[in-house]
Amino acid sequence: MANADCIVLQGGNMAEAHPVGFQWVSEAKARGAKVIHVDPRFTRTSAVADKHIPIRVGSDVALLGALINYVISHDLWFKEYVVAYTNAATIVSDEFRDTEDLGGLFSGFDPTTGKYDPSSWSYADADGSGVGGTGDDEGHNKSGTASGEMAGSGGAPLEHSGVQRDETLQDPRTVFQILKRHYSRYTPEMVQEVCGISADDFTYLAKAITENSGRDRTTCWGYATGWTQHTLGAQFIRTAAILQLLLGNVGRPGGGIMALRGHASIQGSTDIPTLFNLLPGYLPMPTVGLHDTLPEYLDAIASKKQKGFWADADRYFISLMKAYFGDAAQADNNWAYDYLPRLSGPHGTYQTTVGMLAGDVEGYFVLGQNPAVGSANGRMQRLAMAKLKWLVVRDLSLIESATWWKDSPEIASGELRTEDIDTEVFFMPAATHVEKAGTFTQTQRMLQWRHQAIRPPGECQSDMDFFYQLGARIKELVADSTDEVDAPLQAVTWDYPLDEHGDPVPESVLQEINGYRTNEQGERELLSGYPELKADGSTSCGCWIYSGVFAGGQNMSARRVPRGGPNPAQNEWGWAWPADRRILYNRASADPDGKPWSERKKYIWWDEEQGKWVGDDVPDFPVDRAPHSRPDPDLGGPAALTGDDPFIMQADGKGWLYAPKGLVDGPLPVHYEAQESPVRNPLYVQQQNPARMIFAREDNLDAPSAGMPGVEVYPYVFTTYRLTEHHTAGGMSRWLPYLSELQPEMFCEVSPALAQERGLVNDGWATIVSPRAVIEAKVLVTDRMTPLTVAGKTVHQVGLPYHWGVGGTDAIVSGDAANDLIGVTLDPNTQIQESKVGSCDVIAGRRPRGAASLALLASYNERAGVTTETDNIRITDPEAELKDPAPKDDPNRDKEGWSQF
Amino acid sequence: MSIDEHSVLGHQLHGPTDPAADAHWQVHKSRKGFFTDTSICIGCKACEVACKEWNRNPRDGDLELTGWSYDNTQALGASTWRHVAFIEQDRERIEEARESGRQLVSLGMPTVGPPAKTPEAATDSAIAAGADTSAPDTPEFRWLMASDVCKHCTHAGCLDVCPTGALFRTEFSTVVVQPDVCNGCGTCVAGCPFGVIQRRSDGTVEPTTGRGEQKGQQPEVEKKGIAQKCTLCYDRLLDDETPACAKTCPTTSIKYGDHTDLVDIARDRVAQLHEQGLTEARLYGANELDGVGGTGAMFLLLDEPQVYGLPPDPRVPTADLPVMAKRAGMAVAGMVTAAAIAFLGAR
Repeated sequence: MANADCIVLQGGNMAEAHPVGFQWVSEAKARGAKVIHVDPRFTRTSAVADKHIPIRVGSDVALLGALINYVISHDLWFKEYVVAYTNAATIVSDEFRDTEDLGGLFSGFDPTTGKYDPSSWSYADADGSGVGGTGDDEGHNKSGTASGEMAGSGGAPLEHSGVQRDETLQDPRTVFQILKRHYSRYTPEMVQEVCGISADDFTYLAKAITENSGRDRTTCWGYATGWTQHTLGAQFIRTAAILQLLLGNVGRPGGGIMALRGHASIQGSTDIPTLFNLLPGYLPMPTVGLHDTLPEYLDAIASKKQKGFWADADRYFISLMKAYFGDAAQADNNWAYDYLPRLSGPHGTYQTTVGMLAGDVEGYFVLGQNPAVGSANGRMQRLAMAKLKWLVVRDLSLIESATWWKDSPEIASGELRTEDIDTEVFFMPAATHVEKAGTFTQTQRMLQWRHQAIRPPGECQSDMDFFYQLGARIKELVADSTDEVDAPLQAVTWDYPLDEHGDPVPESVLQEINGYRTNEQGERELLSGYPELKADGSTSCGCWIYSGVFAGGQNMSARRVPRGGPNPAQNEWGWAWPADRRILYNRASADPDGKPWSERKKYIWWDEEQGKWVGDDVPDFPVDRAPHSRPDPDLGGPAALTGDDPFIMQADGKGWLYAPKGLVDGPLPVHYEAQESPVRNPLYVQQQNPARMIFAREDNLDAPSAGMPGVEVYPYVFTTYRLTEHHTAGGMSRWLPYLSELQPEMFCEVSPALAQERGLVNDGWATIVSPRAVIEAKVLVTDRMTPLTVAGKTVHQVGLPYHWGVGGTDAIVSGDAANDLIGVTLDPNTQIQESKVGSCDVIAGRRPRGAASLALLASYNERAGVTTETDNIRITDPEAELKDPAPKDDPNRDKEGWSQF
Repeated sequence: MSIDEHSVLGHQLHGPTDPAADAHWQVHKSRKGFFTDTSICIGCKACEVACKEWNRNPRDGDLELTGWSYDNTQALGASTWRHVAFIEQDRERIEEARESGRQLVSLGMPTVGPPAKTPEAATDSAIAAGADTSAPDTPEFRWLMASDVCKHCTHAGCLDVCPTGALFRTEFSTVVVQPDVCNGCGTCVAGCPFGVIQRRSDGTVEPTTGRGEQKGQQPEVEKKGIAQKCTLCYDRLLDDETPACAKTCPTTSIKYGDHTDLVDIARDRVAQLHEQGLTEARLYGANELDGVGGTGAMFLLLDEPQVYGLPPDPRVPTADLPVMAKRAGMAVAGMVTAAAIAFLGAR
C-alpha cells in the first residue's frame, strides 16, 4: 500500500479498525499519495484522508459500477493490460441474457429454488456451445443450480482453456462489450440518485483514480466488512476487481484490492479454515451425492486440461490426506477419501443456529467467538443455545455466551427461566496470545511467528493444547471400537512430539503443514514448496499453499529482519504464501513483452540473458516461461500457461472481468437494494438480490422496504461497526480496564438533523427499535453523520458500534448489543449476514425493561404490518422479469428496466 | 548578594538554556523530547494504553460516556499521562484556523518554519512544480485529534516550586517525580502552567450502580496522594529504549528523539503543510523565547492552542521570581530607608 499513488478506502474504516496496518497508508500519504475515504460516516479514517465522500450504506455497487462506466466511456482503461491479461476479449455463449434484458435478473434463475443455473453464463466454445465446468454432467447441473458452499476458492473450473477470443473487442458477445452495455446505465446522475453522492464528488473520485492509474502510477483499494456483510457482499468486491483490472492495477506494486482482515489470523482461519465448506488451502469440502468418489471430487475441483496450478489439485489433496491419515491413506483405499465427512447443504453459522432451534443440534463448541453478542439476531442465537444439550465455551473471560442462561435479556424478559434450561455449559479458560506460540497470518497472506512469553496461568490452555488433549482422549475412547464410524478417528495421525509440559511442540505442527517426503530410509525430509508435492502418496502436506514455510528446516515465519531487509518487497520479514510471494499475480507488473510497464513501477521482468523472470519478488509465474511462449493448450495445468497468462490460478490464465462460473448470484455485479431498504431500486425492477439466502421466520422478521405499507414505521437506516478501543463482541476488551475506560458505554451516532427530528440530546439516551429487538444507547449528536438526499428524499443513517453485551461475569463495562437488531439474511456465496444495513426507528429516552420491551417490539411490528413474507419475495415483479428476453436487435432493449418502473 | 536577571543561585529561571547543564549535571545526555505531529494522528489512543501499561497506572475514568466526541479521558491527570483530544469543527472554524495560522506566518513568528518561506513564495514554488495546491482537507468538516503529554519545560514550574526535591531534572533534561520523596504537598500542581501534574486520588470514583456490578472496582491503587505525571519513560531512556507511547504510535504522529533534531523536523513539517495550503499548521512549544523557555515535548497543531485545551501563552510562575525578588528587595530597602528617615527625623 505504501507504493500506491492513490488509495481509496471504501467499505472499511482502516484507521480505526486496522490502526497498525494504517501505517502503510500514512507512509503512502507522506510520499504524496491521495487518500480518499468513501463511507456513510466521517470516521477517524476520514479525518486523515484528503477527502471524505459520504455514501448511503449498501449502495457501493452503484458507485463502483458508475466508475467502470466512466473508465470505459472516457476511454481511460489500460488497453494493453486489459486485452492481454483479462478475459475482455473472450466471447460469451449466446444463451447468456444480462440484467439489461430481464429487468434485473440474469438468465437461468429458478424462482422456485431461488437459485441460478449458471450454464448459460459460460464462455462460447469453438463450436458455439458453452465451455462448462468440469464434472458438470454429474455435478452442478444435476440439481440444475449451483450452491455457494460447493465451490472452493481457487477460481471456478473450466473443462479446458480453449475459448474464443476477439482481441479487437468489437464482437458484441465479447466480455468487454457485455460489460460496457451492462454498466451503461450506471451514470453520475444515477450515483446521485442511489448513493446520495454529488456529481462533483463523483468526478473528484473518478479523476483521482484514473489520473493515478496506468503505466507510471497505481491506485489501490482497501475494504473490510463494510463490503462483505451484505446480501450481495461478494459482488461488491467483484465490482472493485473489475474496475481495478480495467485500470491495470492488479499484480503491480501499489495496486490491488486489500481485504483488511478483522483480527489476528482471520486470514489464517480461511487458509486453514474454520469454515464448514473448505479444507485447507481452499480445497472444497466434498458434497454428498455430487462427490461420492474421489475421481468425481477431483474432477469437480479442476480439469487436468484447464490452465494453471489448480489442475494439480490432486497432488494437493492426496498430500493433505497423507497428512491427516498417514499410512492409513493408500492408493487402494482412494487415499482414505471415504474418511472425510460430506456436506449435505450449507452448514454455516446461521443454519446451525436454526438447527439448534429445531432440536437437530445437540452440542456446540464456542471458541474465539461470542455469538450471544457478536452474531446477528442475538435473541435467536441465545434462544438457540438454550435448546442445546451441551455447550463448551473456551474464552479468556466468562463472556455472555457462557452466562446467557442466567443473565441474558431473555431472562430479564421472562422468555427464558434458568430452571427450565437443560443445556449443560462447560467453560474452559483459554490462553492469551502471549501465552502460546504459533503463527498469525495477516492480510498480506504473511505468516508471522510469535513466541510464547509466559506459560498460561492456572488451567488456561491454548487451543492447540486443548484440541490435542481432546483428540488424544477421543482416540483412546475409540481405540478398541469395531464400529465403522470410528475408523477415521482411529486412523487420524496424532503423533506430535510433546514438550516437557506434555503439550505438542508448535513447530512440529507448522512442519506438518509445510509437508515432507519420506525417503527410502523412512526419514522425513521437509519440502521446500508446493511444486514438490506428488499425487502418488510419497508426500504429505497439511496445507499446500503453506508449503515452504519450513523450507530447509528453517521456520521462515520467524524471520524478523528490521523493515524486512533492503529489498523493496521487504521479504526478509515473515513468510507470505504461496512460495513467499509478496504480490500475487506479479507477472502482470511487466508488459506482454516482459518489460516493466515503467521504471517507476518496476517489479518483476523477463531477463532475456538468463532466460527467466527476475525482480524484487518471487515471480508468480513459471520462472522460465518466456513472455511470447505459446505452449499447446492441450498440455493442461501450469504447462499450458502462455507467456502472457499472469492469472495462474484461473482456468484460462486471465483476470476475470466477467465470471462465467464460481459466483451463484451472477457473472457481473448488479446493484440491488439491501434486504431492508427505504429506497426503491432506481436501477432495476428487481429490488433485492434474488439469490440471497432467506430465513423467513417469526423470530427473524424484516421491516417493510420502500413501496410497501408500513415502511414509515422503521424510517431510518442503521449500520454497525467497530471502534479502535474495543475488540469485536468485547470479550478481549470489555474485561480490560484500560480499554473499557476509553469507550465505556454503548452509544449511537446521529446527525443534528435527526436529533432534532426525534428530540435526541447529546449524552442523553435513545431507544432503537428494529423488527428483531429493542435496545438502548447513549447518544452522540455529531456532524460526522450526514443526512443524504436519495431519490428525492432525506435518508438518515444511525451509527451503532457493536462491542457491548448484556450479561457476562466480571465485565468492566456492559450495554445493549447492536447485533440484536440485525436480521439474518445472507450472501449466497459466502453465507455472511447483512449486518451493515438495516431499518430502524429511534426514540428519545431509555428502553422499557423486561417484558415491556417485548410488548413495545410487538406493537411496532403490528403497526408496520410485518409478516414472515415481508421482504422475502424473491422476484419483485415476475411479469417484468421472467418473460422471454427481448431479441437482441430490439432498439428498446436497453430501456427494458426503465419502462417497467 | 546581587540578583541576576536570569537566575537564582546559579539556576536560570527563564529564557533559552540547556536544562541539564543548568541543573548542574557534570556529564549529561543530549536533551530528549517528543514531537507530536497532530496532523497525522488517527486518534487510536494506543499511546494512552501503552503509557498506562508500561507505567502501571490505574484506570481513572468513571466508565461513563462524556459526550465529548470520542474523548472519554478528558484531560491529563495523575494516572493519565497521555491524553488524546477529539475536536469536531465546521467550515467556519476551519477557515478561521487557516487565517490565524496565515497571520502567524506574516508576523514572522519564529514558531512557524523558516521565515524565508512566506506562504506566497511557497505557493509559487509549488505551482512551478506542477503540484496540486488546493487545500486538500475536507472543507465542510474536520475532526482534529491530538495526543497531549507533559511538556518537560525548559523552565519547569513544578520542579522550581517543589519544596522537597521530589521533582528533579534528569540527565536527559526531562522532569521526573521521585514518588518515594514526594510528600504530596501539591505545590507543583499550582506551579504547572499547563495543568499537567496532579496528585493521585484512589484512582476511581464511586462505583456506578445498575449497569454492571464490577464498575469502579479495581485492585488497590499504588502511590495514592503522590504527585504524578509523565516521566518521558525515564526507566526506558536509561536502557536506551524509546518511550512507550512513541514506540506504539502506528503512524509516527508521536516522534521521540534529540530535542534539536525534533525542532528541525517540526519546522520542516510546518513548512511542508504550508506549501500544501494548510496554513492552519503551527508549532507549539518550539519557541525558546516563550514563557517556559520552550518545551521538551512539542506539538504541531492545526488550530489555536486553546482549541486543544492548551494555554496560548504559558508562563512559568518562577519566571517572575527575579523581578519579584528585586521588587521585594526594593520594598525592603524602601521600608528600611523610610524607617531610618522616620527614626532620624524623629531625632
